[in-house]
Amino acid sequence: MGGEFTGPFVEMLLFIFMIGMALYIARMRSLFTAAMLFGIFSLLSAGMLTLMDAVDVAFTEAAVGAGISTVLFLGALGLTTSEEAPDSKHGWTALLIVTATGLLLAYAALDMPAYGDPNAPIQLHVAPHYLKDSEQEVGIPNVVTSVLASYRGYDTFGETTVVLTAAVGAILLLGGGVGRVGAGKGRDDEGGRRMSDTPIKMRVRETVILRVVGKALVPFILLFALYVQFHGDYGPGGGFQAGVIFAAGLILHALIFGLDALRRAIPQVVVEIGIAAGALIYGGVGVASMVLGGEFLHYGVFDRHNPAHGQHLGILLVEFGVGITVTFVMVAIFYAFAGRSRQ
Amino acid sequence: MSDLASHLPVLQVLIPLLAAPLCFLLRKEAIVLPFTIAVSFACFAISMNLLSQVLGGDILVYEFGGWSRPYGIEYRVDILNAFVLVVVSGIAAVVFAVGPGQARRVIPEGREYLFYSAALLCLTGLLGVTITGDVFNIFVFLEISSLSSYILIALGLNRRALMAAFSYLIMGTIGATFLLIGIGFMYQATGTLNMVDMAHRIQVLGPTKGVLVALAFVMVGISIKLAVFPLHHWLPNAYSYAPPLVSAFLASTATKVAYYLLIRFTFGLFGAALVFETVGIDRLLLPLSIIAMFVGSIAAIYQTEFKRLLAYSSIAQIGYMTLGLSFATQAGVSAGLIHVFNHALMKGALFLVAACVTWRMGGTNLDVMKGLGQRMPFTMAAMVVAGLALVGVPGTVGFVSKWALVSAALEVDALWIAFLIMASSILALVYVWKVVEIAYFQTPEVELERREPPLRLLIPTWILAGAAIYFGIFSSYAVDVAELAAQQVFMVGL
Repeated sequence: MGGEFTGPFVEMLLFIFMIGMALYIARMRSLFTAAMLFGIFSLLSAGMLTLMDAVDVAFTEAAVGAGISTVLFLGALGLTTSEEAPDSKHGWTALLIVTATGLLLAYAALDMPAYGDPNAPIQLHVAPHYLKDSEQEVGIPNVVTSVLASYRGYDTFGETTVVLTAAVGAILLLGGGVGRVGAGKGRDDEGGRRMSDTPIKMRVRETVILRVVGKALVPFILLFALYVQFHGDYGPGGGFQAGVIFAAGLILHALIFGLDALRRAIPQVVVEIGIAAGALIYGGVGVASMVLGGEFLHYGVFDRHNPAHGQHLGILLVEFGVGITVTFVMVAIFYAFAGRSRQ
Repeated sequence: MSDLASHLPVLQVLIPLLAAPLCFLLRKEAIVLPFTIAVSFACFAISMNLLSQVLGGDILVYEFGGWSRPYGIEYRVDILNAFVLVVVSGIAAVVFAVGPGQARRVIPEGREYLFYSAALLCLTGLLGVTITGDVFNIFVFLEISSLSSYILIALGLNRRALMAAFSYLIMGTIGATFLLIGIGFMYQATGTLNMVDMAHRIQVLGPTKGVLVALAFVMVGISIKLAVFPLHHWLPNAYSYAPPLVSAFLASTATKVAYYLLIRFTFGLFGAALVFETVGIDRLLLPLSIIAMFVGSIAAIYQTEFKRLLAYSSIAQIGYMTLGLSFATQAGVSAGLIHVFNHALMKGALFLVAACVTWRMGGTNLDVMKGLGQRMPFTMAAMVVAGLALVGVPGTVGFVSKWALVSAALEVDALWIAFLIMASSILALVYVWKVVEIAYFQTPEVELERREPPLRLLIPTWILAGAAIYFGIFSSYAVDVAELAAQQVFMVGL
């Protein structure tokens, strides 16, 4: 896409912006601003990845890095202050270690194949097989989805489980909004720093423009998420991106119209069942393929006459599982933070 | 591919992996607890079966999705990782039966099932890291085990558990990121993620800059997870503030899996010639191991809290394991592996003793343990047994480890190292005796009647303490397996 016409200038420019942004964030004392700048940083790297023709990764970076994690940062800031405590220690040792690590990376870069070199090892060994044969073996045009959901589908199942683990942690440690035994004493050593930002949220809810725009926008965000979910076989997209976009739509609604409205629509129990259901759909597809005589996640066995068709079906189902788990995990984490700030 | 037996490698990980979300649906603790116990027993049975299948020298391969190497992900079971699978799932089978214990007070009401879910996820991650034949798959399952262990540690009663979990999270994430950067360079140099394929290609490539830097990042990343001196700072806080049952599980499994990774990457991926002859990692690992043996033991002597004492002792014990590896000999690796098994038994038993003491006294400060020898005789007897094993008294597993290590040291003509191993054992005697003295020869401030913890706590404690004697006397089984594993690692590589 980029390459010849734009030359490396755009890449260079993006890199300079990213480095500048990273340095600025590191110096930043205001955590609120830092959270916002992190979003911009992610958007810049999404742009970078697009130039590298890695649109699927770029899409994920934009949805996760610039989208949902900014919202979760804000949720976390709702529990603490939005100003970093001054640190008197000068981390000279830290600087030394970081510099040494950086030099080591630079040393390794001396051996690195040039950007886009067609003779680099990664272009010559496994990748050509994916590019050449995946459409015939797996039956869908998006090679990234083929690799992610079929060739390396077990990694993706693992990643889905990582996301599920995050929800277990958020609910166990923050209480899922139900309150934790002795939660009031939670972190008494940090004093009354916890509920400082509620005025911001109040103001958000009173703004007419936000309410109107929000109301109009949320259905389209949810619809777009469904498109991303089910179009992943043909274009960039898939369960992870769709899940975070869907969750972002729900969370946006909660931010504008209040947490209770969302809780009435999707109670905690439903969220927890949803988290489990997505992972179990993924695993269930794998178990089904074992029962039908294949290896775990061998979708080809779903259609004996046309394995590629079976592959397509399997991918559709596991991506659906990913989408469900990711959506509900994001909502669970949001509930955990938001529920705590109201105590 | 239809019979169940051929699916055993995947079932080893898949059963706890699917059980974790199922806990969300079962919810009631009366169902989830027996369910978790059944799952951990099934895992243990599978691992024993896998070990018996590979002991003859065969290697089991399971190709996910039916995709052959190097295009898909494969599981690959040999003696080395089957041995570690048995240790991890065996400890899980003993410890999970106890339930959350004191952590119950921190868990939101009615959410106990999430504790079991987290424990099963941790088991899943550790087993998944061990069994896989794909380097990126290692990273994915390492994330599952790490995240869940941060959660479990944060459930400690003391509020500092949150901070301990947080600093472990930061250190652990740095470790995992370093490992990922290393894997990235390895992928860049070879174009593959499959371990067998990658090993061949690295062999052909030789020590290019990319491979050397990959080695550096991988080794530092694993060393953080393994708590190799001086990268051990997260460990004392994590193990002493975590709920004692969690410490019992993690101390006997998590560092063992990290040690396995160290051996796997050294011999299986980079190759002993590159790691020891070209780079000479042994010249760094040997002094660090010896320092760890002494620093850990000396720090343990000065502790006033039982779990913290055990945690510092772990740093010293990890020193023994890495010392074995640093000899770069088959006998050395074998000694390290024997100690993996033996240390899991004794440290597991000792942390379970800590759980018993916490149940009775509400904490494990050495002050509250005064006179417990008379008040909890069975619990304290287990402490003495496991403590003697830690010192290396003949008739316990500790002696078997020390014997193997000293023999390995003498084999490379390092008499002085053999001497240092003995000297550090005397330090272990000092800190174990300190606890024994407090428990048996000091009078408590308040009179307490004699009462033991419930059997569901006492039985697991004694299973591990008993095993620490059993495998000390009938040592041949574990020693043979460790020697076969080391032999396979040296002969075949991967």
